[in-house]
Amino acid sequence: MSSGADIYHEMIVDYSRNPVNFGEIEDHDVTFHDANPLCGDSIDIDMKIDDQKVSDIKFHGKGCAICMACTSVLTEIAKGKSLDEIKNIDKSDVLSELGLEHLQAVRIKCALLSLKVLKGALYTYLGSHLENTDAIDKLKAEAENLY
Amino acid sequence: MQSTESSFENLRKDFPILTRTVRDNKPLVYLDNASTTQKPNQVIDAITDYYQNHNANIHRAVYALAEESTEAYENARDKIANFVNIKNRQELIFVRGTTEAINLVAYAWGRPHINEGDIIVTTEYEHHSNIVPWQLLTQEKHAKLEYIGMDDNGELILDDLDKYLATGKVKLVTFSLMSNVLGTITDAKKIIEKCKAAGVPTLVDGAQAVPHMKVDLDTLGCDFFAFSGHKMLAPTGVGILWVRKSVLQTMSPFHGGGDMIREVHKYETTWNDLPYKFEAGTPNIADVIGFGAAIDYLTKIGMDNVRQHEIELTKYAMEKFSKIPGLQVYGTKDISKRGGVISFNFADVHPHDVADIIDKEGISLRSGHHCAQVLMERLNVAATSRASFYIYNTKDDIDALIDSLNKVAKVFKL
Ligand SMILES: Cc1ncc(COP(=O)(O)O)c(C=O)c1O
Repeated sequence: MSSGADIYHEMIVDYSRNPVNFGEIEDHDVTFHDANPLCGDSIDIDMKIDDQKVSDIKFHGKGCAICMACTSVLTEIAKGKSLDEIKNIDKSDVLSELGLEHLQAVRIKCALLSLKVLKGALYTYLGSHLENTDAIDKLKAEAENLY
Repeated sequence: MQSTESSFENLRKDFPILTRTVRDNKPLVYLDNASTTQKPNQVIDAITDYYQNHNANIHRAVYALAEESTEAYENARDKIANFVNIKNRQELIFVRGTTEAINLVAYAWGRPHINEGDIIVTTEYEHHSNIVPWQLLTQEKHAKLEYIGMDDNGELILDDLDKYLATGKVKLVTFSLMSNVLGTITDAKKIIEKCKAAGVPTLVDGAQAVPHMKVDLDTLGCDFFAFSGHKMLAPTGVGILWVRKSVLQTMSPFHGGGDMIREVHKYETTWNDLPYKFEAGTPNIADVIGFGAAIDYLTKIGMDNVRQHEIELTKYAMEKFSKIPGLQVYGTKDISKRGGVISFNFADVHPHDVADIIDKEGISLRSGHHCAQVLMERLNVAATSRASFYIYNTKDDIDALIDSLNKVAKVFKL
């Protein structure tokens, strides 16, 4: 289990103060929102999709340092990726980037909310651009069971 | 008991949990008493004694054990009635807690009494348990839910109440006697006076008030009153609904089943006397008895002493907090108008991060919306940190909190 000193390292504190890809995309192709009832973290992700690729991504909302840092990192990972690659982003991709692999159970929701929102945005986009619905249901279930 | 700090220091020995350590061998500093309190040996022992020596179902059998358990259960009812000055024990119903009490009223009183176009009035600083049951009821009945607003000092704007009462459509006004986030003590007397003048019944959520100050239901004058045992040293799973008898007689049953009946035939049933009509099924006997032991414990200390102790702690904490740059306390600064609950935010650090960092120092502090999201919206914050005190807290606990906040400042380079 991480101790407080471990998880609140420089990078987390910096990202929480200066999140990257923070803001809104006016002419987004898809937007998605979700929140954690426990702590009040609340995140929206906007994406611009061109050629089956995420050409731009921004997020806004409020959250704790863990949530803000993880969302920043996730948007950095997602930017420029193809939709297939987005589908395959795994929680360990985000957690390992910030050294949070051993986060306590109560904080994991803070760390993974943005991944849930990203997957939500993805199935919303695919749903409105007609793909096979099995794949969409699978994505939806995956997002719901993330934590 | 003398209201000296040393006598309060002394009662810590009654709470076994306070001797344990948490995280890296840090002494436990428990500051989440608005959520639930710790239990003294006297309460734990009463429950153990019940199971070891007296366990039997109540109101059903003639044998010795059943007689003992029934007597202990009904004794607890009398102790609690006495504690909040309820004159008629028939008006005191055992429930699981405040949440169940309010839902019982919304169901058993609300459904027969609320009609289309009626208004129920609540306040901006209610716990979700005094909002959601009314949303459910007003949606079902096509009635309306309105809110008494709160000013920047954390006090209710009673002009709002006047405005709603003037419509002549208000059927119930419901409010908490003390806010679980801001600690504001509501001017219940004034609200109830206004409602009485308009012929409107009132429900008071006493979950935060009864554990921390003297409450006298005989003089308060409301019609429904709810509180929870677990916030006042008693076990979880037991609480009180008090309803004025003239109102209680107009209510339909809540749950159907054993104990609440007089006679059951194939197609009809007659109801048991009050309060048993509202206590269907085998109740939480052991924990009711534990609640009785908690009442004994608090009675011995004296509720005026409890309040005085918390005023001391709150004053001390507010003074210390005011010296920390960037720390913002919500609600009134007037200690006489607030209980031992302090909600705050620390610069731009999210309350969740504050709670996590100071948890490593052994301090249990609540962060989040405290089941009061309507209030969070009003304060325009996503969450707050909250420290809340009880009889076993000391100035040392507050010093430990202040020290740990310095750690937060260091991590976040404040
Ligand atoms: C003011 C207030 N009302 C109601 C409740 C709900 O009490 P319970 O969870 O015991 O039903 C609480 C508990 O947090 C409270 O603080």
